[in-house]
Amino acid sequence: MNRISERFDTLRSQGETALITYLTAGDPTLADTPDLVLAMEEGGADLIELGVPFSDPMADGPVIQAASQRALKAGANVRAILDIVYRLRTRTEIPIILMSYFNPLLQYGLRAFTGDAARAGVDGVIVPDLPLEESGILRELADANGIALIPLVAPTSPPDRIGAIAREARGFIYCVTVKGITGPRAEMPANLQYLTSMVRRSTDLPVALGFGVSGPRQAAQLRDLADGVVVGSALVKFVAEKGMENIKQFITFVKELKNALGKG
Amino acid sequence: MPALEELTAAYDQVKNDDNFQKELHLLLKDYVGRPSPLYFAAGLTQHCGGARIYLKREDLNHTGAHKINNTIGQGLLAKRMGKKRIIAETGAGQHGVATATAAALFGLACVIYMGEEDMRRQALNVVRMRLLGAEVVPVRAGSRTLKDAMNEAIRDWVTNVDDTYYLIGSVAGPHPYPTMVRDFQAVIGSEAKMQLLEIEGRLPDYVVACVGGGSNAMGIFYPFLKDRQVRLVGVEAAGKGLETREHAATLNRGRPGVLHGSFSYLLQDADGQVAPVHSVSAGLDYPGVGPEHSYLKDCGRATYTAVTDREALEAFELLGRTEGILPALESAHAVAEAVRIASSLPGEQIVLVNLSGRGDKDVETVARLFEEGNDESH
Repeated sequence: MNRISERFDTLRSQGETALITYLTAGDPTLADTPDLVLAMEEGGADLIELGVPFSDPMADGPVIQAASQRALKAGANVRAILDIVYRLRTRTEIPIILMSYFNPLLQYGLRAFTGDAARAGVDGVIVPDLPLEESGILRELADANGIALIPLVAPTSPPDRIGAIAREARGFIYCVTVKGITGPRAEMPANLQYLTSMVRRSTDLPVALGFGVSGPRQAAQLRDLADGVVVGSALVKFVAEKGMENIKQFITFVKELKNALGKG
Repeated sequence: MPALEELTAAYDQVKNDDNFQKELHLLLKDYVGRPSPLYFAAGLTQHCGGARIYLKREDLNHTGAHKINNTIGQGLLAKRMGKKRIIAETGAGQHGVATATAAALFGLACVIYMGEEDMRRQALNVVRMRLLGAEVVPVRAGSRTLKDAMNEAIRDWVTNVDDTYYLIGSVAGPHPYPTMVRDFQAVIGSEAKMQLLEIEGRLPDYVVACVGGGSNAMGIFYPFLKDRQVRLVGVEAAGKGLETREHAATLNRGRPGVLHGSFSYLLQDADGQVAPVHSVSAGLDYPGVGPEHSYLKDCGRATYTAVTDREALEAFELLGRTEGILPALESAHAVAEAVRIASSLPGEQIVLVNLSGRGDKDVETVARLFEEGNDESH
């Protein structure tokens, strides 16, 4: 069984909601990425989403756009990021999911990527600009290598599309809370229950909510709606503003997020 | 994706709707000023001493370029779909101006995303858009040019998809844009074909058009695709030279990749990161290209050459002196290639050039470049 489903099973049996934390690999430097992953785990993160930087991150807001630019300057690419995961695997068994736009994977070679990612210890992949209709080839290769191709579901998706996406999903379903792009927002939309229940109608896989979660208060609002909550830009912003020297504060911030998701 | 499905369905409906087509035709005639003339360029032909050169005068359209054909079509569609707000990206500002114009015509709100670098290069067009009631939003991300403006427009669209229509200006982006924009621009080729048959009684030997994203080229090529004897030549921006990194010659120097929802040739590095591009003309400054051009290249139906900044500037001046027409710097690339082709051909052959836009917007840029050129030679 894959680390992702194992982790969700364990959390479900304990009545906990998973904290899924994102960072752009290579931001601020490639050397900092393993430290940040381990810091997140220490703070209580249950799954890690590792962003592969792209020159044109269309689904991302200013915070992750800036992080992507820094990471590209620092030399991050698919190969370097797989190396980081490979080396991390001697130190942690936390599920690791790569989030990458399609072109960097396509240029690496989809077959080579899924094989190398599996050997490095990657558990899942999210490709925000790969729609269901175009995802068959990558899903087949990912399946053959034990990697979950995790789909995104938007609040604008009509019910039949949500069903079709959910039926082809692996790992979990990433439900986007807001119309639009990544980035912290003060308030969470009200009608999220509708979206998650639509998804659950078509699958037994865990459901995660993400986009816009800026702190413990927003995380707590989502706790009872989903099996997992993704926090991205808020963490990226924290590191960008406070720097690596304040990693203890960073761990505290992750702990606050995790506590907000604990048993109610 | 749901937004694209909604758009595809709406477009499929109007494609065969007589009322829509009638309304569009009337607007193209009375508002845009179509058909645009087909002009025999006697002075330029004499200068080349070879094939006869005809110019399809898209520069004489309302707003000064071919872009208006598409924005009137999509604007009408947006209105049909009940959208309240139109957004668009722009490079040179021609598409932005054409979109702002269509929005004003149809009574829709309008937001134009434009790279900060392009706003500097095309300051006059920024003023024009604002005068037409559009809000122009500077894009400071990435290379601050067309592709970044497109990223920002896509971000806006996914955020405001309910009431907003995204009006893409080229044959790029996700389906249905490449085919829809081609269809709205195909009026260029259809008219030119009829006009040339009327004047010369035959088809051209060459059709030449500049290619950034590729909408004016697709528009003039498309009605000639089945006329196998007609050679189709797309002209990309070689910038400071194809051997440098400062060009925008996607089909000449790119590899297949995915950007903005289409699989097509792409200027990129080994890791699949989109490469910075350069051209003296902001409208050709795009690292991707319409997927149908990639297809035409791969199947051999069209060939794609490239013209440098310097050659384009020379053609800009040449057309001014020989014909009294200042072309847009984009179109000057096509003129430069046409001069090259025509000069090597006998007098009975015909070269048809898409003069996709006029050069008023570029006068300041050209003046600055001549000044720099003079400084260099001192």
